[in-house]
Amino acid sequence: MKNLKMKKEFKVIADLLPDNTKVLDIGCGDGSLMQLLRIEKNIEVRGLELNQDNVKECIYKGLPVIQGNAETELHQFPDKSFDYVVLSQTLQAFYEPEKVLKNLLRIGKSVIISIPNFGYWKVRIKLLLFGEMPVTKTLPNTWYNTPNLHMCTIKDLFNFCDEKNIIIKKVVGVNENKTSLIKKSNLEIKNLFSKVGIFLIS
Amino acid sequence: MPSLAGLFFWMNIKLENIKKLDVTKPLKLDCGKTIKDFPLAYETYGKLNDNKDNAILVFHALTGDQFVTGTNPITNKEGWWVTAVGPGRAIDTNKYFVICANVIGGCMGSLGPKDINPETKKPYGLDFPVITIKDMVKAQESLLEHLGIKKLLCATGGSMGGMQLLQFCATFPDKAFSAVPIACSSSHSAQNIALNELARQAIMADPVWDNGKYVLKNVQPKNGLAVARMVGHISYLSEKGMQEKFGRKLQEKADYEFSFNADFQVESYLRHQGYAFVERFDANSVLYITRAMDYFDLSKQFKGGLVEAFKNQKTKFLIISFSSDWLYTTKDNKDIVIALNASGADVSYSEIITDKGHDSFLLDEPEFLKTLKGFMDSMYEKFKNEKRI
Repeated sequence: MKNLKMKKEFKVIADLLPDNTKVLDIGCGDGSLMQLLRIEKNIEVRGLELNQDNVKECIYKGLPVIQGNAETELHQFPDKSFDYVVLSQTLQAFYEPEKVLKNLLRIGKSVIISIPNFGYWKVRIKLLLFGEMPVTKTLPNTWYNTPNLHMCTIKDLFNFCDEKNIIIKKVVGVNENKTSLIKKSNLEIKNLFSKVGIFLIS
Repeated sequence: MPSLAGLFFWMNIKLENIKKLDVTKPLKLDCGKTIKDFPLAYETYGKLNDNKDNAILVFHALTGDQFVTGTNPITNKEGWWVTAVGPGRAIDTNKYFVICANVIGGCMGSLGPKDINPETKKPYGLDFPVITIKDMVKAQESLLEHLGIKKLLCATGGSMGGMQLLQFCATFPDKAFSAVPIACSSSHSAQNIALNELARQAIMADPVWDNGKYVLKNVQPKNGLAVARMVGHISYLSEKGMQEKFGRKLQEKADYEFSFNADFQVESYLRHQGYAFVERFDANSVLYITRAMDYFDLSKQFKGGLVEAFKNQKTKFLIISFSSDWLYTTKDNKDIVIALNASGADVSYSEIITDKGHDSFLLDEPEFLKTLKGFMDSMYEKFKNEKRI
């Protein structure tokens, strides 16, 4: 189930990426996205992953992966050394997401970030009506064991980019199997109905 | 037990029967001298296939030799990397053709300080030219030519083997499709040099060493050499690993003896390792090989540093370090990864979490061996496909 949902997000990310480019996947997990990009779009992929088993899995698949922590080890990648840097659903788990984001924009000519949307209506209802921290399919952890330190909404990230003069090229909202383009004009409504937001920025 | 002189005589007879390549092409050494018509001893395992795309070159470490797996015919002991190389192992000799050569300066059949100097007709001793890691690697390139291998599927090695591998990739960027440097460094740190100096001073302080001239008398400075080996063994284990293995346990006794015998197990272990070593290794070879390691500094060779050394690298790298290795630390290994990244090379990196220290690469360390196997097998598939295209 989780895999299918992941694949939808990966599909959206893959569609955002042109063929034959060079992509760094931060927090690449077992390499599913990297493999998809390599096979379907002939993209030259690299991954950064913290978990030993995932690293091993990537190596088994013949995918180049560096074991390391994105929070502390992004300095090893030179400026503009990748066409795109992808960060899938981990921005909120960093101690200093702003610093990480700056690094991503330094390394990649463009950056793709996906976030679990804290503005999704079910999340809002849970807190508003029940007074409890939301637990959903996209946010499966409880307050005391969640790795998510800096939850944000699609609108928050939108505003953040505006404030920091980061250029938003495209935002896609994902809800189950449906995807939709998010613009300033429909931001309020999409922020309510998207489970995941995928940003292409530079 | 035979006398040491007798043992060496017997070893030399055995050395006559091992595989040797006579390298006729003159090799200009970094020190300025040239050697030619010299022996390079090697061993191979498995079969080279018709496409010649299954060859893996292994570089050995300081005290290693060409006998990677199976039984070492000279010492009658297991090969030094049986855990990783052999039928069904991570580097599967049923599938791959594994090659390993004894480094020049060594004492397992390749040209070294105990060989006869053609100019004086006596053993070299300290007249042997000072060699470098680059010299070792250049000598081994002749072997690939001899075996008819244009491109290796992979080259690998741990410790000094890893240093040779980095040098090999920098000097011959088209010779290996993939490379796995393990627990190594792109240059020796002050601490690395200090430990090697300790080993050398131990040998030189043994009166039998006699400025390296012991070879003429067919003896060996075994006390000094044994201490040198003990230094090494301490550096190969982690503090925690050593504590867990030995702690304060006594060696087959109930209480202290109030003497300087080996009361503690750790003492007994070091003495055993030290004295076992003198039976198979030449003291002058330790001097020469440790010197080569100390001189190793890949960034010094290339203006612009390490990034320049790996420029235009097509080789696919996997760097592996061990968390408790304090001889060649995770940071040392990561610096190589950073340089490879900066040069745009295809590089993977994994840090194996273990208490077993630098020695880990020689041990049955499942996570390490699984990672190594996964890489070898996936590289083989890629290499085959690339060759087909």
